[in-house]
Amino acid sequence: MYQTTYHRASSVDEAASLFGKSSEAKFLAGGQTLLPVMKQRLAGPSDVIDLGKIKDMIGVEASGDTLTIKAATPHYDVATSDTAKKAIPALAYLASLIGDPAVRYRGTIGGSIANNDPAADYPAALLALDATVKTNKRSIAAGDFFKGLFTTALEDGEIITAVSFPVPAKAGYAKMRHPASRFALTAVFVAQTKSGEIRVAATGASQSGVMRVGAIEAALKANWSPSALDSISIPASGLLADIHGTAEYRANLVKVMAQRAVAAAG
Amino acid sequence: MGVEGIGARVVRKEDKRFITGKGRYVDDIKLLGMTHAHFIRSPHAHARVKGIDSSAALKMPGVVAVLTGQQLVDDKVGNLICGWAITSKDGSPMKMGAWPAMAPETVRFVGQAVAVVIADSKNLARDAAEAVVVDYEELPAVADMHAAIKAGAPQLHPEAPGNQVYDWVIGDEGAVSAAFSKAANVVKLDVTNNRLAPNAMEPRAAIADYDAAEEHFTLYTTSQNPHVARLVLSAFYNIAPEHKLRVIAPDVGGGFGSKIFIYPEEMVALWASKKVGRPVKWTGDRTEAFLTDAHGRDHVTHAEMAFDASNKIIGLKVKTYANFGAYMSLFSSSVPTYLYATLLSGQYNIPAIHAEVIGVYTNTTPVDAYRGAGRPEASYLIERLMETAARQLKVDPAQLRRTNFITQFPHQTPVIMAYDTGDFNASLDAAMKAIDYAGFAARKAQAKSQGKLRGIGVSCYIEACGIAPSKAVGSLGAGVGLWESAEVRVNPVGTIEILTGSHSHGQGHETTFCQLVADRLGVPISQVSIVHGDTDKVQFGMGTYGSRSAAVGLTAILKAMEKVESKARKIAAHALEASEADIVIENGEFKVTGTDKAIAFPMVALAAYTAHNLPDGMEPGLKESAFYDPTNFTFPAGTYICELEVDAGTGKTSFVNFVAADDFGRLINPMIVEGQVHGGLVQGIGQALLEHAIYDANGQPVTASFMDYAMPRADDVPSFNLSHTTTLCPGNPLGIKGCGEAGAIGASAAVINAITDAIGKNNLEMPATPDRVWRTINAA
Ligand SMILES: Cc1cc2nc3c(=O)[nH]c(=O)nc-3n(C[C@H](O)[C@H](O)[C@H](O)COP(=O)(O)OP(=O)(O)OC[C@H]3O[C@@H](n4cnc5c(N)ncnc54)[C@H](O)[C@@H]3O)c2cc1C
Repeated sequence: MYQTTYHRASSVDEAASLFGKSSEAKFLAGGQTLLPVMKQRLAGPSDVIDLGKIKDMIGVEASGDTLTIKAATPHYDVATSDTAKKAIPALAYLASLIGDPAVRYRGTIGGSIANNDPAADYPAALLALDATVKTNKRSIAAGDFFKGLFTTALEDGEIITAVSFPVPAKAGYAKMRHPASRFALTAVFVAQTKSGEIRVAATGASQSGVMRVGAIEAALKANWSPSALDSISIPASGLLADIHGTAEYRANLVKVMAQRAVAAAG
Repeated sequence: MGVEGIGARVVRKEDKRFITGKGRYVDDIKLLGMTHAHFIRSPHAHARVKGIDSSAALKMPGVVAVLTGQQLVDDKVGNLICGWAITSKDGSPMKMGAWPAMAPETVRFVGQAVAVVIADSKNLARDAAEAVVVDYEELPAVADMHAAIKAGAPQLHPEAPGNQVYDWVIGDEGAVSAAFSKAANVVKLDVTNNRLAPNAMEPRAAIADYDAAEEHFTLYTTSQNPHVARLVLSAFYNIAPEHKLRVIAPDVGGGFGSKIFIYPEEMVALWASKKVGRPVKWTGDRTEAFLTDAHGRDHVTHAEMAFDASNKIIGLKVKTYANFGAYMSLFSSSVPTYLYATLLSGQYNIPAIHAEVIGVYTNTTPVDAYRGAGRPEASYLIERLMETAARQLKVDPAQLRRTNFITQFPHQTPVIMAYDTGDFNASLDAAMKAIDYAGFAARKAQAKSQGKLRGIGVSCYIEACGIAPSKAVGSLGAGVGLWESAEVRVNPVGTIEILTGSHSHGQGHETTFCQLVADRLGVPISQVSIVHGDTDKVQFGMGTYGSRSAAVGLTAILKAMEKVESKARKIAAHALEASEADIVIENGEFKVTGTDKAIAFPMVALAAYTAHNLPDGMEPGLKESAFYDPTNFTFPAGTYICELEVDAGTGKTSFVNFVAADDFGRLINPMIVEGQVHGGLVQGIGQALLEHAIYDANGQPVTASFMDYAMPRADDVPSFNLSHTTTLCPGNPLGIKGCGEAGAIGASAAVINAITDAIGKNNLEMPATPDRVWRTINAA
């Protein structure tokens, strides 16, 4: 690791102002992405501003038809939150599948979506549930937030404070874990909104990051059941291919995981 | 046996310090004035080093020195050696390219060191390493074995034309041809044994400390065999004579073979500590472990097995290409030859065997012994062949094995090994019963009705352990003898220190070795301590690998114990005024049989040291040593059966049951044996389902971190169902065969046999990743 200066912010405003004062600062949440990268000397921020202890940034709340997860809430808290399990069980289930216990105790939803790894879990939930990303400056619809591999709509120094999810009528998540990293080799989140819209998002599959899957949405709109997808074929073009999965395999997984997610959603 | 004797499930003595974080590993050691080394490693798989400019680095804070490969040459430090000479079929010796500890001219794999920065801290050394400019001229590289032996392939070493290390044969080719010409059926199989990265939990590390006044070096290092390290470092590398070099291997966090070898880093640390006049520490990180710890396996094999009309095997021919990586590591040459091809008879009566092994250089990390070393490759091949044959001949796979089992012992195979004892039917029966083999068809049908693909796979492995008779291995080209040594020191108060040449890095010697003493003398194991891993304390010994520590190391202790007991008996007889023949040892006392006269063992010890009343002419003291050279290998064997389900939609495998019935001869501590089997099975399953060290065509490693290299985790493996059948090994007095590698040797074939059974297609390579299984299911 290169030399760096650590700051522990006690409020969002303090964090933003610390960021403004340093030459090349990075926010730190759970550190599950940033710290390994720093240890490998692939990043060398002059200052590290810890958001993880800001009280206003931690917690899971439900009000009316909205579930709000504050940005520095660790995955473990979401996975075990009664509020989350009651409002959107598929989301709590998704959080329980992230990495391993050590990663879940530390890693946060804000860090996960800010990083926007093409195989991360949360982005699929945000996109399928039509969530809104709240920052210290504005609100961004999930569909506008994710901009391809490791890229988001966040501006320099902008802090995610929370993510709010409209509670759906039904939702399900199915994940094929990457055998080594345990990220998604491919995972699919399916949701039926209370207004009857069908939204399906796949992560780990596309070369351009998390994506909606139109063909599956259309088929499920006609018939919300796993068998509705039997005859669907997902094209392999544009999908990721690596030592753990060819593009054809991932195309198959998009369909199979969608079927299992629908089955889980009921 | 007693509560702590042989056969007792004694809790491991060493675990208290390990689980409370009090183990003492090399990286825990800090010496006064210690510097830190950071190696500068090649990012290229093949390149010429045209120049190294360290001028900027040398001006950076805390930098003590930047040393290069050329300086090693200038100081006449020797190249790394390979300690087992193999002769090709044309009579020529194996062709070895020179391997300098840091490359002065040419780098041949990604991660090979070219220079080292020595600085006041690890971080400063890393900072300075970034300022060292190495001018590389990239050369064409080759990582694939078959590409490497093609005409026109990039050449690694001028000494080895065509990138061929050797072309070695074993067995009777004529007898095999004759068998094939009269075969009723011939079964053919191509298999790849995937390359693995060992990944011991503790990365390699070294601290070298040169004492200029005494001209003496101390090396703390992560070694499975500190004496061998000292021997090699002094005899071949010109660093220090043996009596001026102390090697200490303190607690070592796993080795699996990868810490047998002498690596460049410890040599450089020693040399550098003298050059800079301060202790030098190097602790590898996980990336360095992936790049530089010797890898394992990496064979490509074509094999054919001939059967007569009654399904008896009449011949076997095998052709194997073995990838050695860029250099020949310490024992590498022996692995695909004498540790592999000599076990191609498996558990079967095969009258004629011929094998040819072609060793190949590629621009990849060197390959050497890894848990099982050659024997997993042999066992996997034979057990895949047997399963393939059963499918082709349409007979039950267990029955086909039974038809061909060796049942008479001793049995001389056509490939050197003479099996001393075994009962292969007993372990097969035990495993079949444990898994309810007879009920499998019904379970498969039941699973099918629920849309699941269920399969069962058998693997009957045999291995040669307890390595090894020195004369035998010497005649096969080994550069060392493979005996073991022990010294038993009884203290005047009756506590006992056992000095052993074996080294424990996870095996539990501090417990099992004490159990032998408890068994013989009836003293509690708390009164016994095991001393190992320090060349200044312990007499010369050969270390731990090849499941040899109990069969060879413990037998040496037994031999020394017998001498101690014999002397103690004389002392006791003298003190009790009885005849030596009437003395029996019971519960820590020396008794006159049939009387109530007795003397406690500590009193015997005290008598030996006070020497006030010893038999005439007896030397004072109670301390004996022994060197034990085994008369044969030992032959642990057993049957593993695995039942699993494959998810046709994803290709993912889930275990239903995994049973192991092993014959390890006598068990010293069944709990520790089970732990060894669990670990071995997990490694075998890891190879079958998850692990693969991959290079791209240019020799760039694709799997150099745990994000890409899939290590098995607890939830990847089932809860194992273990049992033992026992035939005592006749070759050593305790009847021990060894248990350290069995799991890794036998498990992979059981898994692949079961998956291929489940999916109804026989051709499937390891690792059987979900993607690969899914593609195999859906292949036309
Ligand atoms: C072994 C391992 C396995 C993993 N497996 C999975 C998995 O299965 N699925 C999965 O989805 N993820 C997985 N992860 C990633 C994990 O979920 C991380 O938590 C996540 O990527 C980053 O979250 P973090 O809180 O640790 O962020 P950090 O590492 O602290 O930060 C990551 C990035 O986000 C920025 N950032 C953090 N918080 C904010 C904020 N509030 N506003 C703006 N920017 C912010 C940081 O500046 C940094 O650039 C794994 C990680 C590891 C190490």
